[in-house]
Amino acid sequence: METLIQQIINGLVLGSVYALVALGYTMVYGILGLINFAHGEVVMVGALVALATVKALAALGLPAAVQLPIGLAVAMIACMALGAAIERIAYRPLRNAPRLAPLITAIGVSIVIQYTVVLISGRSYHAYPELLSTRSFDLYGARISPAQIAVILISTAAMAVLLWIVHRTRLGRAMRATAENPEVARLMGVNVDRVISLTFVIGSAMAAVAGVLVSINYSVAHYQMGFVLGLKAFTAAVLGGIGNLAGAMVGGLLLGLIEALGAGYIGDLTGGVFGSNYRDVFAFLVLVLVLIFRPSGLLGERVAERA
Amino acid sequence: MRATLRPIFFSLACLLLLSACSKRPESSVDGVVRIGMAAPLTGPQSDIGLDIQRGIQLGVDDVNASGLVIGGKPVKFELLSEDDEANSTKATTVAQKLVDSGVVAVVGHFNSGSSIPASRIYADAGIPQVSPGTTAPRYTQQGYATTFRLVANDDQQGPAMAAFAVNTLKAKRVAVIDDSTAYGQGLAAAFAARAKAAGVEIVAQEHTTDKDTDFTAILTNIKSKNPQYVFFGGIYSQGAPMAKQMKALGLDAPLLGGDGIQTPKFIEVAGSAGEGTYASIPGLPKDRMPGGRAFLEKFQARFHRPVELFAPMGYDAVFVIADAMKRANSTQPARFLPELKKTRIQGVTGPIEFDEHGDLKNGPITINVVKDGKWVAEETVIPPAATAQP
Repeated sequence: METLIQQIINGLVLGSVYALVALGYTMVYGILGLINFAHGEVVMVGALVALATVKALAALGLPAAVQLPIGLAVAMIACMALGAAIERIAYRPLRNAPRLAPLITAIGVSIVIQYTVVLISGRSYHAYPELLSTRSFDLYGARISPAQIAVILISTAAMAVLLWIVHRTRLGRAMRATAENPEVARLMGVNVDRVISLTFVIGSAMAAVAGVLVSINYSVAHYQMGFVLGLKAFTAAVLGGIGNLAGAMVGGLLLGLIEALGAGYIGDLTGGVFGSNYRDVFAFLVLVLVLIFRPSGLLGERVAERA
Repeated sequence: MRATLRPIFFSLACLLLLSACSKRPESSVDGVVRIGMAAPLTGPQSDIGLDIQRGIQLGVDDVNASGLVIGGKPVKFELLSEDDEANSTKATTVAQKLVDSGVVAVVGHFNSGSSIPASRIYADAGIPQVSPGTTAPRYTQQGYATTFRLVANDDQQGPAMAAFAVNTLKAKRVAVIDDSTAYGQGLAAAFAARAKAAGVEIVAQEHTTDKDTDFTAILTNIKSKNPQYVFFGGIYSQGAPMAKQMKALGLDAPLLGGDGIQTPKFIEVAGSAGEGTYASIPGLPKDRMPGGRAFLEKFQARFHRPVELFAPMGYDAVFVIADAMKRANSTQPARFLPELKKTRIQGVTGPIEFDEHGDLKNGPITINVVKDGKWVAEETVIPPAATAQP
């Protein structure tokens, strides 16, 4: 029983991060119909910027309670600027190009960011300082660490803020209008370029939060950390229905749970025929099944625009 | 036009070849025999390379002082040093240079990425290569008769750690994780096979990848099987977060691993969760080598600095070569190479014998443990022969 509770906690922690990153994919897709494959690299930049800030603050002798919020804020600002720059430089000139062109550009941007980071901070793994206590809490026999609690709480808060922006503000209405029909939105007086730019900025801020949370939880950061995370988050977005905000959250949490429970139980359930190395196979199998029976994902594509 | 030029080109080529031949010095004529050495002498690994170079120089001086007589004539060794910069391209260039300078044997290289490409050049020239520090199994498994090494290879680490777990830690229940790479899987499989043969119960066998950082799912599963130790075949970038997650999940079993996690970076990332982790590394701690103390004093007196790591292997390599020459009564590589395979001497690093691949027989492996934020030598294990039951 405690093993099951523990695996559910593991899955929720993993899933919260997937959901947070998946939101960035799904927001951009909802508005532009573009898969921004450089999004995972923004997560990585967020983690490394926060690390550099935290190290600088630690050198000044400030306590950990101050380091973390400032590090997070600096990372968010840096990533927002990076997101805006990516959109302006790499995607805006190609907005009316064939769909393949921005996709390839996205991969190019991703490589440029990765190797710029290599030039600055090298290829090695960076150790993340222990900003939160490592003493775990007991929960019906299962363990949960302060870092894991922070992952769940902060990502839930970030998602709530995002939902509020999209559904309760003028900017959100403009975003939904642009998603539905950019031409008509423009005629109604929406500054479409600005809305698209802000979509990237908000998505990148989420990515920065995700990057910092991941690094605190696993205590490492390195230049390739965004790749696998981005791929998993993209899968989560598709699972929930790409373009759909609630779908990204549901998809992320579901993928996290599937991975944790799959890796935890597949070996025992199949009598050792399949081991935990089949974890990703299991996750992608669920994706394939969902797409066969619900081709537009669990919650459907872009329901936000119809709401 | 072309037809008339061809003979000229041909004769030019012949001339070049001839001059190349004549340039190659017949080194044994005047009683001076050239020994080559190659290691990273500049760059980030130069500390290790220069240390090897000093060890070899000391070996050459001692051999010369001992009055080596081969074929009735006194022989002096001359050392030619080359810097391979820990770079595989540079390694092949310096290997060719050494061959062209007429060396009869080479001590080197250090990095697996240098030793392996260079070994083809030495093999083609028929020159024996004795590496003081290369541990990649492939180095001696390429089918060349000329490759030898004076350290245990990576394949011997798994069984050594298993022997340590059984004999010293008295382990009965162990979980095994690998990172799905050639190194990690090989290490984990070798460990599991040896441990199982010794009656240890392998309670779980889990897999991850060399890109993952979340191991909570497999660790939770392992925790429910209640092992005493967890063995991880992989490198520190996964091992360190794994140690942290084990502690966070309340899985109070020490982590065991190979030299992939035996780095200062492991301790930096794992923090206090890394305490009590065991890892194996080929070779003996220098103060525990049989000829260690005397060698360390001699080295200190000569170079006014302590031995870093592989100088004793470099020193022994020179004696291994001299010994084979004595038994073959020749300084010709073709003549003493077969004798090199039959080496049986007592070096400062311990008894030296080679198996049919040129690997060190019974190469010692040291088990280190993290104590107070440092890797400390705990025990030395001679890996049991592959066929014998422990």
